[in-house]
Amino acid sequence: MYVGKISDFRDGCRDAIPICLGYLAVSFAFGIESSKIGMTPLQSVMTSLLNVTSAGQFSALSIIAAQGSYFELIILQFIINLRYMLMSAALSQKLDPELSTGYRLGISYGVTDEIFGVSVLKKGKLYPLYSYGLIFISVFGWVLGTLLGAMAGQIMPHRLISCLGLAIYGMFIAIIVPDTRKSSAVMAVVATAMVLSTVFTYAPLVCSISSGFRIIIVTVVVAAAASLIAPIKEGEDE
Amino acid sequence: MSKVYTYILVMAVVTYAIRALPLTLIRKEIKSKFIRSFLYYVPYATLAAMTFPAILSATDYWISSVVGFAVAMVLAFNKKSLLTVASCACAAAFIVELFI
Repeated sequence: MYVGKISDFRDGCRDAIPICLGYLAVSFAFGIESSKIGMTPLQSVMTSLLNVTSAGQFSALSIIAAQGSYFELIILQFIINLRYMLMSAALSQKLDPELSTGYRLGISYGVTDEIFGVSVLKKGKLYPLYSYGLIFISVFGWVLGTLLGAMAGQIMPHRLISCLGLAIYGMFIAIIVPDTRKSSAVMAVVATAMVLSTVFTYAPLVCSISSGFRIIIVTVVVAAAASLIAPIKEGEDE
Repeated sequence: MSKVYTYILVMAVVTYAIRALPLTLIRKEIKSKFIRSFLYYVPYATLAAMTFPAILSATDYWISSVVGFAVAMVLAFNKKSLLTVASCACAAAFIVELFI
């Protein structure tokens, strides 16, 4: 069982800088929203530290504000965050099969869209120390942004916050688009997923599906179709 | 608001369980070609679905979002780094908004 070197931790920290910046912007908005419903800065920070899930946290605010039921909260979080289950399953294939449960539980803490995106497309095996570096810097940004938003949100220039919201999507694009040049199947997956997601967002009836569930449906349908039409060759996913 | 910490803990437990179960339970290399292909395509499908059309409402004005999106696509297609793509998209949107 090899867990990586201290240089892997450093690499992880470096690769997490764009995630950290994107998180600062998004969690800043979360901090502002949470203060609006009367949560204290400590409560906002604890929410970010323990959950590290943008869509999940934002959606929970409405239930907390309305003093909704725990059952509703559980169902909502389960549906919105179900995609992490797919991501964790994909990540499990990047780990050394001998890797102990402790390290697996550590890596689990940081399965987010962005950390997953960087981890899964890293060449070769995924070492825990690399993951810890990614998680450390990313969560630092996530928590710091929340704190700043909760304390001083209303006095920051709004235009700046607005533009920083693009950072996270810019990052997603930087992760998925380069590979479309070497594989037409990946190109088709990216394009189809975007089109389907647009249909689900605006078309009548299906537009009432929550964003978390929409992402799950699109992911499962598109990835399954691609696997049937263009199964990967041996070693392509290494 | 004394219930707030209970809410926070409940959602933390649910979210963590979702993440930890597959990572701790799946220990072998998956042999099935279909499942391997499926997991290979998952990140592309998920991130694409999360990006579009949500990116169009990421900023206050759709026009700055569209410009930021276009800049990100062009730079990413030319294999620029994560940080370059993300920061140029933000900068492009900011410049557009200066003229609104």
